Amino acid sequence: MVRYNGLRVPLFGKKETASITYISHSGAVNRVDVPVGDSVMEGAIRNNIDGIVAECGGACQCGTCHVYVEPQFLDRLKPIQDDENEMLNTTASPRQPNSRLGCQIEVTKALDGLVVHTPPTQI
Amino acid sequence: MSVVIVGAGQAGFQTALSLRAAGYLEPITLIGEEPHLPYQRPPLSKGFLLGKQAIESAVLRPEPFYAAQRIELITGARVQRIEPQFRRVILTSGARICYEKLVLATGARVRTLPLAGISYLRTHVDAVDLKQRLGEAAEIAVIGGGFIGLEVAAAAAVLGKRVTVFEMQDRLMPRCVSPVVSEFFRRVHGEHGIEIRLNSPASAPRADLVVAGVGVSPNVELAREAGLPVANGVVVDEYLRTADENIFAIGDCAEYPNPFAGSRTRLESVQNAVDQAKTAVANIAGRKESYRAVPWFWTDQFDVKLQMAGLSGGADQEALRGDPESRRFSVFYFRRGRLIAVDSINRPGEHLMARKLLASGAVIAPEQAADETFDLKTILA
Repeated sequence: MVRYNGLRVPLFGKKETASITYISHSGAVNRVDVPVGDSVMEGAIRNNIDGIVAECGGACQCGTCHVYVEPQFLDRLKPIQDDENEMLNTTASPRQPNSRLGCQIEVTKALDGLVVHTPPTQI
Repeated sequence: MSVVIVGAGQAGFQTALSLRAAGYLEPITLIGEEPHLPYQRPPLSKGFLLGKQAIESAVLRPEPFYAAQRIELITGARVQRIEPQFRRVILTSGARICYEKLVLATGARVRTLPLAGISYLRTHVDAVDLKQRLGEAAEIAVIGGGFIGLEVAAAAAVLGKRVTVFEMQDRLMPRCVSPVVSEFFRRVHGEHGIEIRLNSPASAPRADLVVAGVGVSPNVELAREAGLPVANGVVVDEYLRTADENIFAIGDCAEYPNPFAGSRTRLESVQNAVDQAKTAVANIAGRKESYRAVPWFWTDQFDVKLQMAGLSGGADQEALRGDPESRRFSVFYFRRGRLIAVDSINRPGEHLMARKLLASGAVIAPEQAADETFDLKTILA
């Protein structure tokens, strides 16, 4: 529970969401609704889903939110930028053609139903 | 059994999170002085000032998380004193909270200058205020050419402001990076129209808005008044315990024996906050675990990503990998032939590699580091 003393953080109205499914290396399936505009990394962290570490909190600094994207969704994602590309070459689990960093995938309505697999290790 | 955490910043929050992740079932109380839900500070001086990121997105977890995890979060509350002999903390409201283990994650506060009308940037409230003032100002003076000062300067320049940075030392970010990196950043800021004045004492510059980023001081008063040893931070051992075995101190407020520095250090970073929280939790759980994580830091200014791994203080040799002209390079730092740190500019892959090299204690020669045809991965293999 939260006990506020003084100012209270304003709560925002219900946001549009997209359904994202995270499948862990051991096969655990978590399907959650993630607000549009959040990242795939945030969707996992805010729902306590294991398999994504996000040491840097989403600043594209650490390479610990590595995911494997179900191939049919790949062409709906924004292209990989240089930073992300370089970091994917140094992730703890090997890079695959469908590797992305979860912090760089912004959830949109078009990604409703997205399925990502988390790797055996992030560190 | 219960754990009380004083300070609801990155370190305090992570302690609560890691306790539950470790299967700890007893009550956890997280006490924060700020009125907001725990949040990340790095975006405040970057995406938020630029208007690219809403401040709400810096919140670490939404409110229902705390109830679901049975973490009692008390915001806007101040601990008045610790009574170690009774194992309890007393809030200014008079409330008493007993603990089995206490974690001090009290953080730090900005150093202020004896000048009126200056803005600082540390907290959510500071950031909202600074953003509004930035919007209303045309000419901005920044006192301090460190990370915060330069991030604010960069944001202001992107917003179209006329910016002057005053730094007391003869180069930018002098505490953290080598002269080649300082010079690179001086040029980048110059290219964006920012005037950099080095060797410039903090006087009262004339501008619509004056922002100072001149470092922080650790919040050690509670510990000191409880009789715990304090130096440049709350003194802890390698297990992050204070002189009282039931009280830990972590994050920006803690001074600990750092194997990378070879001395006692206090670091101010997300990495240090998060990793020390995890180590403290391991020790609360009874696994004796010493803190040995590789320090790393980052700053974003314009399109330049500077990432630092290790601690470069005390380096006696440097190797430059790549050409600063290309805006992508790293500086490898050595002490007595051993790699101690790497600063990477727009080379995030090399930064991740550097962290691995430092963590493994791998041996690399300066000539190898400077040779771009030499594949760093072969060292780890």
